[in-house]
Amino acid sequence: MILSRPVRTQPFGIVEGEIKLTTYETAISAGHFGPYGGRFVPEALTAALDELDAAFRSAIIDPDFIDRLTKLEVSYTGRPSPLTKADRFAEHCGGARIYLKREDLNHTGSHKINNAIGQALLTQRMGKTRMIAETGAGQHGVATATAAALLGLDCTVFMGEEDTRRQALNVVRMQLLGAEVFSVTAGSRTLKDAINEAMRDWVASVEKTHYVLGTVTGPAPFPEMVRYFQAIVGREAREQIQAAEGRLPDAVVACVGGGSNAIGLFSGFMDDATVQLRGYEAGGDGVETGRHAARFAAGSPGVLHGARTYVMQDTWGQTIASHSISAGLDYPGVGPEHSWLHDTGRAKYEAVNDDEAMAALALLSRTEGIIPAIETAHALAGAMRVGRELGPDSLIIVNLSGRGDKDVATAARWFGIGAPAGIEMAEGR
Amino acid sequence: MSRRLAEVFAQTRSTNRAALIGYLPAGFPTADASVELMNAMIDSGVDAIEVGLPYSDPLMDGADIQFAVAHALSGGTTTEVVLDVVGRLDGDRAAILVMSYWNPIERYGVERFATRLKAAGGNGVITPDLTWEEAGPWLAATAGAIDTIFLVAPSSTDDRIKTVVKKTSGFVYAASTMGVTGARSEVGAGAQGLVARCRLATKLPIAVGLGVSTGSQAHEVAAYADGVIVGSAFVRCIRAAPDLPAAISAVRALAGELAEGVKR
Ligand SMILES: Cc1ncc(COP(=O)(O)O)c(C=O)c1O
Repeated sequence: MILSRPVRTQPFGIVEGEIKLTTYETAISAGHFGPYGGRFVPEALTAALDELDAAFRSAIIDPDFIDRLTKLEVSYTGRPSPLTKADRFAEHCGGARIYLKREDLNHTGSHKINNAIGQALLTQRMGKTRMIAETGAGQHGVATATAAALLGLDCTVFMGEEDTRRQALNVVRMQLLGAEVFSVTAGSRTLKDAINEAMRDWVASVEKTHYVLGTVTGPAPFPEMVRYFQAIVGREAREQIQAAEGRLPDAVVACVGGGSNAIGLFSGFMDDATVQLRGYEAGGDGVETGRHAARFAAGSPGVLHGARTYVMQDTWGQTIASHSISAGLDYPGVGPEHSWLHDTGRAKYEAVNDDEAMAALALLSRTEGIIPAIETAHALAGAMRVGRELGPDSLIIVNLSGRGDKDVATAARWFGIGAPAGIEMAEGR
Repeated sequence: MSRRLAEVFAQTRSTNRAALIGYLPAGFPTADASVELMNAMIDSGVDAIEVGLPYSDPLMDGADIQFAVAHALSGGTTTEVVLDVVGRLDGDRAAILVMSYWNPIERYGVERFATRLKAAGGNGVITPDLTWEEAGPWLAATAGAIDTIFLVAPSSTDDRIKTVVKKTSGFVYAASTMGVTGARSEVGAGAQGLVARCRLATKLPIAVGLGVSTGSQAHEVAAYADGVIVGSAFVRCIRAAPDLPAAISAVRALAGELAEGVKR
């Protein structure tokens, strides 16, 4: 099953053909989500963002583009991804029925490939020959390097030094795929600093280079565009749950780094008032310790990396470094659409600490035979809370955003278990 | 336009030279030292000072300025300290501008920042990540009192330049190359063409920045622009100096060389 993709002549406002715009979509004005979003960028990038915006809008009404994208989704990524009922895991979720949307089974092992392939096709459409990307967990870097290899484009990935260490497997994957991996030693040496460095590269290289942002953050049109490429997750899940259960879920649950896997799932249910949208950000050592990445629990509206959104910042508007065991959630900002969903109350966000997430990782591994990424484990811990809250017979979909291969060294340290041969162990817990 | 920048450009024009605009982050290497260094720059021929407000994520800046602002932040350079530095500069002999990424100003409060900057003797603001589209509240809060200098870049279309210069006051900041701040061996070849495109759209003075570091580069730019902006080169000579007195004399020497250079 591949669901037909909505084709529009205008992104917002005007409805053509059989495609009906959701009331949610009509409430967004291009580039802004309520007071959030926008474009806070150097003038030098304005032309490139305008070009991207035009390329994106023309592509999504071009049947050839949609056809190419859809074919790759099916034959390369392996879509649709299954919706797996997780009965043994559900026993720990207050009697709720739990379904896992299996983005971990996509080629490269996470939802990130949905966006990377879409933007790689746009890169070609704009006549550009090089892609750059930031990456935290390495999944977006791997996805971009993969799409670059597939389409014959050059690729450079910026990754914080701390993340190259904790996600070493993905560094090697990117290199094998032919990408250049640039280790960033500025600031907190994590995702935030990788984005700064990618932006600096982009300002200087923009004529031939497209910046493949990996999540729903950044200046317009990135949040809207990445959402478009990830929306397939929600479309499939909606169809699949109706086929399996004959009804919509009571809640859909996802982890929120920048927020792309969450927006992808949420977007399928945005206008279904009975479906709760639940996002889980990284609580790190605990929100009260200050060592976390809980933008909604402990941040405030500000401007970071090109958009107005919730940001972890001090009294003076300086960004506060985030902390999480999960490289992919270790970011002090969040996609602007989530800020708006938060303020309007449409979605609810909570923090999950490192220990709770790691317990959920172990639990899913042992009850379902699925080792999730540590990012994803935050969503699983969230689902356990939501299940207990909504009670027996409630129906919940969790976005299983990625698989955990990249995290085995961290998990081995955390649980004090033996290292698989060939994986280097650092001293630690 | 606030009178001050207009005066500066009228004066440099009448003496047949381009205005020399020098940047340093407040708090680098300390608040007091940055005041001394910037006053030494003014004393050695700089016509306008850009006081950098250090920010945690300076994504338009190259290695030298990244280093300097990180140093300033770790030394506790808050927005209050920056405003205090502004107030201690020799505003009789130079126009005083603040260069800041947008979030610290928004966080401080747009009107509050405008009021406090004016009270401290500031004449204008340059915001490298704020384009006019998002600047409504700021422009409303500062109209007539503080100049807002927007940037144009080689990638800006003619149509866009037309709009940007209408929103700009004081002068237009023309980025010489596509790239971040940093001393370069050559000033971008696109700079002259960009200035020419701006001239078709505005009578405002046009200053060229990014990459200028020597007297001869300044001279080259002064042939077609009304102002020459130098930042990383000042930071560099301070980084290279063993102590404050040496830094002050290095900064004086560079400012002197550049001030010769901007004569036509
Ligand atoms: C498996 C997985 N899930 C989630 C995330 C978080 O990103 P986002 O919030 O954009 O989905 C990442 C990011 O690296 C990831 O690798």
